[in-house]
Parts: sequence; C-alpha cells; structure tokens
Amino acid sequence: MSVPGRVVSISGLTKSFKTGVTALQEIDLDIRPGEFVSLIGPSGCGKSTLLRIVGDLVQPTSGTVLVNGKTAHRARLDHDYGIVFQDSVLYDWRTVSRNVSLPLEMLGWSRARRKERVREMLELVELTGFESNRPWQLSGGMQQRVSIARALSFDPALLLMDEPFGALDEMTRERLNMELLRIWEKAASTIVFVTHSIPEAVFLSTRVVVMSARPGRIADVVAVDLPQPRGAETREQPRFFELVTAVREALAAGGRGQPAPTLPAGTEERY
Amino acid sequence: MAMASVPALERHRGIRVGASRAGGALRRVGTFVAVLAALCGLWEGYKWLWEWAGWTWPFTVDDVTMPHLHDILAAFAEPTTTGGPVLIDSLLHAAWFTAKEALAGFVLGALIGFGLAVVLAHSRLLERGLLPYIVASQTVPILAIAPMVVVGLGSKGLEGWKAVAILAAYLTFFPVAINALRGLHSVDARALELMNSYAASRWKVLWRLRVPASLPFIFTALKISATASVIGAIIGETPASIQDGLGGAIVNFNQYYSLQPTFLWATNIVAAGLGISIFALVALTERVVLRRAPENVA
Amino acid sequence: MEPVPPGVVRAIGGRFVDWLPALAVFALGLALWQGLTTAFNVQTFLLPKPTDIATAFWNDRGTLWDYGLYTLKEAAGGFAMGCSAGILVALLLARFRGLGLALLPFAIAANAIPIIAFAPITNNWFGLLNPVSKMVIAAVLCFFPTMINTLRGLTSVHPSSIELMRSYGGGELAVFRRVRIPNALPFMFTGLKVSAVLSMIGAIVGEYFGGPTNALGVSILNDSQLFDFPRAWAGIMLASAFGIAFYAAVSVAERLTTSWHPSARTFRSE
Repeated sequence: MSVPGRVVSISGLTKSFKTGVTALQEIDLDIRPGEFVSLIGPSGCGKSTLLRIVGDLVQPTSGTVLVNGKTAHRARLDHDYGIVFQDSVLYDWRTVSRNVSLPLEMLGWSRARRKERVREMLELVELTGFESNRPWQLSGGMQQRVSIARALSFDPALLLMDEPFGALDEMTRERLNMELLRIWEKAASTIVFVTHSIPEAVFLSTRVVVMSARPGRIADVVAVDLPQPRGAETREQPRFFELVTAVREALAAGGRGQPAPTLPAGTEERY
Repeated sequence: MAMASVPALERHRGIRVGASRAGGALRRVGTFVAVLAALCGLWEGYKWLWEWAGWTWPFTVDDVTMPHLHDILAAFAEPTTTGGPVLIDSLLHAAWFTAKEALAGFVLGALIGFGLAVVLAHSRLLERGLLPYIVASQTVPILAIAPMVVVGLGSKGLEGWKAVAILAAYLTFFPVAINALRGLHSVDARALELMNSYAASRWKVLWRLRVPASLPFIFTALKISATASVIGAIIGETPASIQDGLGGAIVNFNQYYSLQPTFLWATNIVAAGLGISIFALVALTERVVLRRAPENVA
Repeated sequence: MEPVPPGVVRAIGGRFVDWLPALAVFALGLALWQGLTTAFNVQTFLLPKPTDIATAFWNDRGTLWDYGLYTLKEAAGGFAMGCSAGILVALLLARFRGLGLALLPFAIAANAIPIIAFAPITNNWFGLLNPVSKMVIAAVLCFFPTMINTLRGLTSVHPSSIELMRSYGGGELAVFRRVRIPNALPFMFTGLKVSAVLSMIGAIVGEYFGGPTNALGVSILNDSQLFDFPRAWAGIMLASAFGIAFYAAVSVAERLTTSWHPSARTFRSE
C-alpha cells in the first residue's frame, strides 16, 4: 500500500513495550518530499520511539511504516536516511573528517570520492579547517555540526533528527536552527525533527505534529505557513507568535488527557 | 572487582529489572552448578582424551600430573602421616593460620594505603614525588624479599606470622592507595565550592565530602586487596620456612608430589577457597556499607 | 589488576618538570638509605647499603643481565599467551552477552584464587627446567586483568553509537570493527600494563619453586641462601627494573595506538 510521492508513510502504527506500557497508539502520518516535519510532545509521548521506528532501530508492535515506498528495514539497508542524535555520537578515535566519511567507508566509496565529499560537507557546515581535529577538541555546537555533515554526506532522501540541539545553549541553538534551514534548502532533503521546544518547532517546520502522552498519539497537526526563506526576523512576526500559541494550546489540550481527536487517515493534509 | 561490573551505559537496555528475586537466586545457583559441572567435565574429559590418544603436548597427562577429581576429594579424608590427623583437618588449621596473616596484613595495608592517599591528595608535590615509587614498589618481586624480611624482622623479635602479615600488607596497600587517591580527587568541583561556601575546614571537607565520595573507589580496591593479601600471606610463608600455614603446606606437599599429587591439589583447592572467601567477605561488606541494589554488584 | 590513574600514565613520557619531584625523592631516598644503613650499622641481611648493591651488580653485571633477560623472556612469553587468550575470551563474551553475564561472576571469583600457589604444579607439568612452566603461571596472571578490562571496554559503548552503525545497515561485525574494538583499546591497554608487571612477578615466583640456574629468580634465591645479600638485592633491583621497562614499553605502544584518546590531551595550540 505504498503511497506515491511519500517519503514516509505510517499507518495504524502501535508500539507497546514488554512492560505493558503502550508507547504509541494508532499513529497515521504521511510525509511528502521536501517537508520539514517536527514531532513535539511531553516527555514519554513516544516521539523519539516513533523516529526510531521510522529508522528501523525499534520494531513496531503493529502497523506499517514505509520509507521511500519500501519497508523501513529495506530502507535502512539501502541507506535511505541519515540520523542525528541528541549527543553527537562522534568517535573519539577518528578525526573530524574521518567521522564524516564513516558512512561513506561503509558504502564502499573510493578514497578520492570520500575526500572530495568530506570537503564539501565540512564546507556546508562551515567547519573547513577542522578536518584533522579530534571530536573532543570541538565545542558542543561544532560537534553537532559534524554529526549533521556525517548524516548528510551520502545524500539520503530523509534526515531523522532526535532532539539534535537539546543539549546546547539557547544562543548556539538559534544559530544552528538558521544553519539547519540553510542546509535543508541546499540539500533539498526531507527532515523529521524531534524536539521539545515550541519556538524551535515552529521556526523550522513546515508542519508540526503535536503528540500527547500515555499512550502516545497524534493530538494535532499544525501547518506552519511562515514564508520561506526564514531568518531572524521570522521570530518577530505576529504569525510566528500565533503559531507558537496554537502549538502550545494543542499541547495543553493533549496534556490534559482529553481524548485525542480521532483523525481520519490523511488528516494532516487538511491544510 | 568493580571494573567487571556491567557498564551502566548498556545495563539499562540489556537486563530486565523486576524479575523476582527468588527466581534470580535460583537461576544463580543453577548457573553455579552448571559451571562447576562443566569445569569438572572439562578436567576429566581432557584427562581421558589425552590419556586415550597418548598425546604428550603440551604435557603428558597421567594420574600424577592430573589426578582424578574423586581422588583429590578422597585425599581430604586421608591421614597426612601414619596415625596423624586427616588432611582436611590439617589444611583447615593451615588455612586459618594463613587467613590470620592475610587479614592482619589486609587491615594494616588498607590503613597505610588510605593514609598515604589522604596525604598525597593534599599535596601535588608529594603526589608527583612519591607516586612513581608507589607504582614501582609493586614491580619488586615480593617473594624475593620475603626471606630477608622475615629473618630481619625475626631478629628484632617479631613473630614469623606477623612478618608475613607485613608482606601481605605490602601487596595490599597499593590498590587502596591508588584507588583512594583517585576517589579523593573525584569530588565534584561544585560540591567543593559548596563546602567552601560554608567555610568548612580541610578536615571537614575530607570527612564530609572527599571520603564519602571515595568509598566506592576504596571498595573496588579492597576487593583487589583481599586477593592480594592472601597471595602475600601464602608466598610470604613459602621461602620463610613457616610451616603452619597454607604456604608451608604447599612447599611440604610439593616435595612429595610425585608420590602423592592429590595432597598438593587438595591444598590448592583450599587456598582457592580461602581467596574466594575473603573476597566474598569484602564484597558483602561493600553491599552493606554502600547499600547498593544487588543488581548493581557484578 | 588495577587501572593505573591518568597521573601515572601521563608521567610516562611526560615533561621533565613533572619528573623533578620524583627525581628529588630518588636522590633523597638513596642518600637517606646510604646514610642510615651506615650510621646505624644495619646488618647486611636486613638491608645492604646501596653502594654495596651497586658494587655487587657491577661486579657481576654480565651474568645478572643474562639471567634477567632469560626471566624477561619467560615473562614476555607468558604475557603474550595470557593477554591474547584474555582478549579472545573478552571478544567472545562481548559477542555472546548472555553467556558473558552468566560467566562473569565466576571469572571474578576465579580471579580471587591465589594463582601463584599453582606454580609447583606447572613446574611438575612441564618440568622444572622448561621455561613453559613459568610462562603458564605468568600467562594465568595476565589473563584476568586483560580479559576483564577488555570486556569492559567492549561493552561500555554508548547505545547511540550502535544505533548509528545500525542506521547504516551495519551488522554485528561492523559494530565490533568500528565501535567496540576501537572503544576497547584504552581499556585493553590498562589491562596490558598491569599484566606487564604481573608477568615479570609471575616468572620470578615460578622460578622460586625451582628452575634453571641461569634464571634471575633462582639466582636471587641462591644468593640469599648463601648470605650474599648485596648480590640478592642487585638481582631484585634488576627484576624490578625489567618489570618497569616492560611496563614502559607497553605504555609507549599505548601512546602510539591510542593517541586519539582524550586522556592523551594533545590539544593543538590555537
């Protein structure tokens, strides 16, 4: 039941753990090419689990997940997505450039091709000149940029990001938000972004998926119609505040334990 | 030893907590029996295979080099000399004698090690000056100096077993000193600032903050030291001609090995038991003192 | 069996200034030793004067050195056997986690066995004069610290590091090759350094229960029985020096292979 023109297609997805806790219940979500979708919700709503199920790092209990029209498992083996974690997960024993080229090595790229791509990627994340540094010699923000370069190095159709800027200070975070938008435009990829920051979700996304906890469900989907390209002034527009308020209210509604609105399949397309 | 504990990073993923404790204990006993049986089977199987095939590599297997396990067990009930006490009797006496030396050395060594760590933790200069020698001290083959220490201290009127205890302390103090030093240094900078904000004296900082912080490190060391003290006691006895302990028994039965190999094997089993018992004693104390959940102890 | 603190690790090959206090203590200690043994006329069997020990070594330097090399070879052989076995078992236990978790408590308990007590038995197995009898004791001593430290390194891997590998479609082999093994190297070297010292001690102890006359342990024992204490001490010092040299050699190998580790702290001046 592959839906054409969908990078990610989730239907009827449920995940319960052995302990009996239902982490995710009846999730339906389609993501089209070029979208920037944020998953936001209280802690324990299963947003990170959902991301990992898309990446085939966690197995769902029931339901189907298609990535690029293939099973999530096939997509993982085909290197259809890159992933960025909250901690940068760089290997101390590799230099910055060898960290970026890690997935390329695993794909069997030639040395010359790897070198050229690493140069491009470090230029993209503005880390030219740090090629031979060790990860622990970089600041947290720089480490996360290396991690993004690594995730994008093999041109995946999809970028999965699990609270990538959660451990950074506010100033670094806003700067990296801008950079991420620039990279998103340049790389023309699709991004699924987990966060717990409302302004961050609104600023970055084309759509914000609001989730409720216990069990994790999609409580609401807010389409973000802020104009592209976005910049520092975006955060000052009245529409930005309206959308932040809309997401906050959706979160509060979900958080009060109200029954999640029953969403017909494809609801998120109502915008 | 603590370095063997399952790393915390992966622990939360692999192990399901919440299995009933009784079931866990039962499973542990089951594994114990299974491992013990496997080891015995391996011993007898190896012996049988090598004897059957006539292999002589890496060494010739016969009833002298590898006695049957049941023969070793039977040896415990045999008299050591005609009309003398049975082996298990004299070995238990010897084990108690060695345990006394080991425990005295353990306590002495732990106190010295801890004291040394406190001193070094308060002086960067002393740490730089002395630490290399503390490390180097452990490269001295203790067995080689044992006779001289025992004879030398004996000439000063010290009983043999006390001299051996000092040798055991020599092996014991090192892990304690090194680990306690690391523990005393491990204190969080903010916790120190908090103490400073109370205008706490160095002494108070030591006892209220540094020592509690170093306890897990010290217990790691004590578990290593427990084994080291038994080794120190056994090898301290051997060249010093102290006959009453396990070391003496090893030297003694070694001379009759070709006639009565089971006696030396039986002695070594008791020595192994002593080492494991003292280790278990320290591990148990650690559990009580640090009040850790059993799952956190490897 | 003890991870040596970073201070000591850094001391090997550290800056000269860092060594000054240690050198001062060395000179002071030597002077005190000489002064006190002379002043209080300490009997030679208790503690000979450093000058006497030095003289004894110098008079017999060729012989003692050869004895030391023989024992060092035994130690190195045992080190190679014990450490490679330790690393192999650690890899197996890390690959089969259930097995590892079940067996680890037994490995720890086995580590509390005074292995040195088994020296007479290995002498009997392989023959007093066969160096293998000493190597086996040294090997068993080296096995545990290497195995347990390596296993710890192989398993103390951040879960996300493994998820990253799986996101690239990498299997168990890729996880070992690219994550677990590099991660384990510093841990493994901690075990190897401890083993280097233990292997030398194991060889000497093995020789104490009997060995060829050209072995250092046998020489020390004979000298002390013949009341030639300065020569016995010269042998002890030599054994200790060889132990330290072995430790230092492993440390150099560590520096060469794990220079990436944060503890190496080779910040580029920026």
